[in-house]
Amino acid sequence: MSAGKQQGQRSEVKVNAGDNMVEHGDIRVVHRGGSKIDFRQPVITNDSRFLLCASGECVKVFSTSTEECIHDLQGHTDLVTGVLLRPSNHLQVYSCSIDGTVRLWDFTDGILIKTYVIGCPVYSIYASANHEGVIFIVVPMLGDKRSELFQLVAVHLPQSGDQLVESRELSAVLSNVSSNPADIAFGRGGEYIASAKGLQLKVFFFKKQKSYEFSLKEDNKKGGLNTFTCVACHPKDDCIATGHGDGKIRLWRNFNHKKEYTYSTLHWHHNAVSSLCFTPEGTNLLSGGVESVLVQWRYNQESQRDFLPRLGAAITHIAVSPDGALFCTSHSDNKITIIQSCVKVSAVIQGLVKGESVQTDLIVDPRSKALVLNGKPGHLQFYSLQRDKLLYNLDIVQQEYIHELGLEQFEVVKAAFDASGTWLATVEERKQKSAELEVNLKLWAFDEQTQSFVLNTTISAPHEARITAMCFRQATDSQTTMLVSTSKDGHFKAWQLATPAHTEGPSWSCDFVGTYHGLVPECCCFSADSSLLAVSFQEVVTVWSPTSWELLTTLSQPPGAIRDLCFGRLSCSKYLLGTTAKNLLCCWNLLTCSLEWSTSMDISLLLADPLSENMAAFCCQAGCTDLFVFKPSEPRPLFSHKAVCSGTVTRAVFAPREKMLDSCEENSQWLNRSQLHFLTQYMDLMTFTTKAEDDRLMASSKQLVIDDSVAMTPFYLLLGKHRHQQQENQDPMSSLSAERTPLPQSSVAIKELLQTPAHVLPSTSFLCSMFVQSLLISVTDLRSSKVELSQRHESVTSGVKLILHSTRRTYQNMVVVVGWFGAALLPQDLDDLSYLIELCILLYIRKSSWRISTISS
Amino acid sequence: MGEFKVHRVRFFDYMPSAIRAMAFNSRTERLAVARADGAVEIFNFSDNYYQEKVIPGRDGRAVEALCWVGQRLFSAGLNGEITEYDLENLKPQYVIEAYGGPIWTISCNNQGTHLAVSCEDGTVKLFEILKEKIQFQRNLDRQKSRIISLSWHPSGAQIAAGMMDMIRIFDTETGRATHRLLVERGVGASKSREVVVWSIAFLSNNTIVSGDSAGKVQIWDGLMGTLVRTHLVTKWDVLALAVSQDESSLIAGTSEGTIVQFQFLSSTVDRQDRDHEWVRTRTFKNHSHDVKALALTDTAVVSGGMDTQLVVHPLLDKVEKNTQEAAQRKIAFPHRSLVGCAKKAGLLLFQFPDHLELWRLGESDGNDHICCSALSPCGGWLVYSTVSSVRLYKLQHNNNISVNKVRPQQRIIQLRSVHQLCFSADSSKLFASSSQSSVVVVALNQLECKYLQTLRHKSGHSCPTAVAIHPTTNNLISVHADQQIFEFSLQQKEYTEWSRKLQKQGLHGLWLKRDTPVTSVGFNPKNPTHIILNDTFMFCIIDQSLPLPESSTILYNQMTLRSLPAPERTRQSHAFKICKNFQHVLSMSLLDDLSLVVVERPLLDVMAQLPPPVRQKKFAT
Repeated sequence: MSAGKQQGQRSEVKVNAGDNMVEHGDIRVVHRGGSKIDFRQPVITNDSRFLLCASGECVKVFSTSTEECIHDLQGHTDLVTGVLLRPSNHLQVYSCSIDGTVRLWDFTDGILIKTYVIGCPVYSIYASANHEGVIFIVVPMLGDKRSELFQLVAVHLPQSGDQLVESRELSAVLSNVSSNPADIAFGRGGEYIASAKGLQLKVFFFKKQKSYEFSLKEDNKKGGLNTFTCVACHPKDDCIATGHGDGKIRLWRNFNHKKEYTYSTLHWHHNAVSSLCFTPEGTNLLSGGVESVLVQWRYNQESQRDFLPRLGAAITHIAVSPDGALFCTSHSDNKITIIQSCVKVSAVIQGLVKGESVQTDLIVDPRSKALVLNGKPGHLQFYSLQRDKLLYNLDIVQQEYIHELGLEQFEVVKAAFDASGTWLATVEERKQKSAELEVNLKLWAFDEQTQSFVLNTTISAPHEARITAMCFRQATDSQTTMLVSTSKDGHFKAWQLATPAHTEGPSWSCDFVGTYHGLVPECCCFSADSSLLAVSFQEVVTVWSPTSWELLTTLSQPPGAIRDLCFGRLSCSKYLLGTTAKNLLCCWNLLTCSLEWSTSMDISLLLADPLSENMAAFCCQAGCTDLFVFKPSEPRPLFSHKAVCSGTVTRAVFAPREKMLDSCEENSQWLNRSQLHFLTQYMDLMTFTTKAEDDRLMASSKQLVIDDSVAMTPFYLLLGKHRHQQQENQDPMSSLSAERTPLPQSSVAIKELLQTPAHVLPSTSFLCSMFVQSLLISVTDLRSSKVELSQRHESVTSGVKLILHSTRRTYQNMVVVVGWFGAALLPQDLDDLSYLIELCILLYIRKSSWRISTISS
Repeated sequence: MGEFKVHRVRFFDYMPSAIRAMAFNSRTERLAVARADGAVEIFNFSDNYYQEKVIPGRDGRAVEALCWVGQRLFSAGLNGEITEYDLENLKPQYVIEAYGGPIWTISCNNQGTHLAVSCEDGTVKLFEILKEKIQFQRNLDRQKSRIISLSWHPSGAQIAAGMMDMIRIFDTETGRATHRLLVERGVGASKSREVVVWSIAFLSNNTIVSGDSAGKVQIWDGLMGTLVRTHLVTKWDVLALAVSQDESSLIAGTSEGTIVQFQFLSSTVDRQDRDHEWVRTRTFKNHSHDVKALALTDTAVVSGGMDTQLVVHPLLDKVEKNTQEAAQRKIAFPHRSLVGCAKKAGLLLFQFPDHLELWRLGESDGNDHICCSALSPCGGWLVYSTVSSVRLYKLQHNNNISVNKVRPQQRIIQLRSVHQLCFSADSSKLFASSSQSSVVVVALNQLECKYLQTLRHKSGHSCPTAVAIHPTTNNLISVHADQQIFEFSLQQKEYTEWSRKLQKQGLHGLWLKRDTPVTSVGFNPKNPTHIILNDTFMFCIIDQSLPLPESSTILYNQMTLRSLPAPERTRQSHAFKICKNFQHVLSMSLLDDLSLVVVERPLLDVMAQLPPPVRQKKFAT
């Protein structure tokens, strides 16, 4: 291939990249799956049933009892930075985001009620019941959006029926505040707001419009850091608790004086206090930090404290349910722990564990389609991206992890699956300062019975130096499974499963040791049909036949050592692609053993989609990473995306989709079979999404979800019994599908009623007449069971009176009409009916407890 | 400034005595401190915390409590006696036996009419305060156990008494006990031990605050006799309590050496009148050992205890920042010299409460403690005084030192109590300051006595801490507690030109900020323009020929001067040449052969001699 031709192709690539810049508009880089759930403080709902937390670009609603994610509140287009229950309606929640909007949701049904457009990134949100119609948000100081200075502003939320509301009228409350939400807190009854930054605490009184500032010295005599790390205000007394860098907690009082303010100091934490929280009645103060111990201080009896130790990882946030029964702590290993009355961990919601760095590549388990990477120390985690849930952790090292700084311990550095997912190879290593490197290669077999991996073979010291790469042969039926590992010691070894005579089962042993001129092998790769093995030795790529261990050919494109090596797939399997340290992407044709094309790019990561011919190259340029997706056979990229993130991307994976997309647009076709996930330098797992996908998600989130886990209310006890009786009389088919069967045509009104969000329902008087009307028609079918129903009528009437008495005070917000009663009634009881309907309308119950199934009977 | 040969003396193992009790008189701003050896010291808080007066102790007289009544100072101790002090002549004025066994505390009512003492035998005795004396009036209801602490209600109608396991409230009119408040014992092993109510405070809103040996500070309702709140402050004992005058703040001293502050705060900021509560706020840790005595002035927490130091810790919310008042002070050593030096013979005399050391010389007999001593420059004579007598010794030292007691002369016998002793430069005369502000001169060969002129400063001035007369110019140099320096010409009977200049220009800010007073003034025999001063932390040569430092110049510039070239050095040098090489200096004197004798007493050595403090778990140890 002549140099001139290469030049031409290279320029062509560039031109096309420029063209595509405009086209990728409908493909976005998003946080989806594996996002941080410990990013912001979670919120427990008033009834303690749900836990809401910001996770990437959505708000997740978890059940506090089952740990399951019930649904996502999707709509934001950037990181969600805060979640807050609406003080005036505990069934609604605000969320704020970097995308410059504040959204109001109905979290039980997952419906977006309103979007307030602020116009600049919002970093945290606060509200108080005493400031109705006002929310307080932290935004960058006006003028420069890039600056590190933030201000707290009040936003008057306009009363408007529209879904999208512009509310750009911001009035500054405090300037130069911290963007960390833990540093600002509302005081008793919203009368004042406390904000800490650096070494200064500011308290702003709304009534007097006056602020007081208190400063601390940088450090005390013993070198403790006095910086503020978090703030919490007592709900009943005027007492502000602040956490500090040296682990102290200060309780400030008399802070409406410039000089005569006073504080007492509590000291248990030995490192920075990361979160503080008062219980709703103010009887206790909770604190947490890197010690992973939840400390409960008795307010005004601070020498009495309770501890909940061994929570697993540093505590980042603490939240308490409004009734004080549940505590929940977020942890730095992307975990939320739900704690019952400070004694018992009742649930653990685990997100994708992300340490400081991922040593292993991102791998997809072929069997479970789960993402596999380093998890807890010494473990591999299996994380389902589809369900956004941690499946399990596999203990690789099988040694106790000692939590001590500076101690070198075994770490999992490499992992590889074979094509069918029956074998897993792992490499763990430990480098102690004064000792030799210890390396273990472990091979794990999938056990169908236990549905997990079982250790088959441990090879200690498989190589004399660090293992650089490892891959399985894509075994076809006739071939035995083979693993190839390359090492810094200049060898590459092939390992094969063999059955020695004297042992019980098959185990792995070394089959072949290869070298090439004493050079160090860096990458290895099998071709798609497993007939070729490519091993790169610095600048040279050697191609071997794994059956005969014959060196078939060498390919080289100096200068620069090979960084990544990849065989093409499917129709492109004749191509071998390599990237070099000297910014070159080469494509060799293995049939001609010559360079097909090459282009100059600083590619930090090259990977192939296992389900298509597509290859993805992450290219580092000017501090940002660009993505190119191309087919080896065509030099023109299919898709390019400039600046997907800042920094270099070194870990990425193509995860196969559960359901293929049917996008036919040219530049989004590559996303049809698999989804590309990558890790940014800040350990955020990102992926690409198309507009169509977004729309589908939005549509699904708008569907009404009827929660079938009913709270054990007195109403339920009464109704549940009847329904049970009734279902016994029905044939199994209808009773099974009763919940979801479409309503009879006659009750369109009811259907409409149900599908309209509770907060937009018309007035009750209007509802009543409409409702009665609908019932009159539907009841005509029920004549046959007249006697039984009239008996039921009596019990219902008395029941309603009873419930009316007991529940009116508890559920005050949702006006709901209950269909069941109507269905149980007869037309001649119309007088009674209207009386009852009135009662029902008075009855304020939770919408989620609706039962409409009986109408159809 | 020249170089000196330095004798660095560290073998004076002077051991200050533990602080046992404290009383603050807010009207005169005087703090009385009683030490374990029975000595009583008076500190003048309005004059830079200067130790104005020291009344030496006496064997067997341990002062357990102090009490000011107006300007009068009373003490009581475990010897069962009540003592009133003569603060002019620095001795006990009279002693009255209370006949109730050891006395644990003494307390005076707000009206200043009655003293109450609590006795080992379970009685509280009331004494009426008369002019010149006190008179026993009555006993309150006798209790079964000893009474440890007392506090009068500000109205004077009630007394709260802390005892073993309980608190009693007495009606002073009838003498009857009206309430019995049971104090809970400690938990665990200490359950079987009686709890001692070490300290108690009765506030005007009928709140009683108690501190006990179980480590609790308890707030009681004195009207109903009920417990309001318990603050567990320490694992050990709460030994002392002090309440501010406006009753908004309260401090408690513990065996751990910590002082815990409580404040009477409203729970909400806008309703100031209601819902006040005692809230634990700050903790001070200035002591390594038991805090046995506490006082809460308007601006500072004053504390003392087993570790012998008096600590004045300012409350930062009550003082202006960066002022003299805002600095914490630790007073570890007496503000007077305990070391005598024979400049010609090169002998050192160390004064201990109960003996003198001149390489272990002479033990005092009798029970009185030594209040002052002196050594003649030639080293031939030694004199010391106790509260009751003055003794003179002749020393002969060829190779061995022998001490001959000189038979007391008539004149010396007349000198019953002497506060200062001093020899003339040629060792021929002894000067003694006696009572009624007279100075007695005793010629050591033939007796001679005459009154000299009484030197009085302009009234209202700070107390002089060190005074000396220049040997050649006859100028009197005096250094005061507020760190001012004066030079007074005795011939012209006026302040010298230099002194006026110094006053006009003012002293350097850093000089005024030092917190220990100058304890001695000396002169360089070779260079008459040099005045040598020292305090606990530095020694200074004032060269009167050099310009005075401006407020902008660096005061401590010896190190920078050394690095400068010679012409620059002369330009930058100023009159105050300060050397901070020595720490915890008790005395410093320049001998005739230009060698410097520095007597140091490192605080660490003092600490090492203290009993071990209570065991405390320390994090990461």
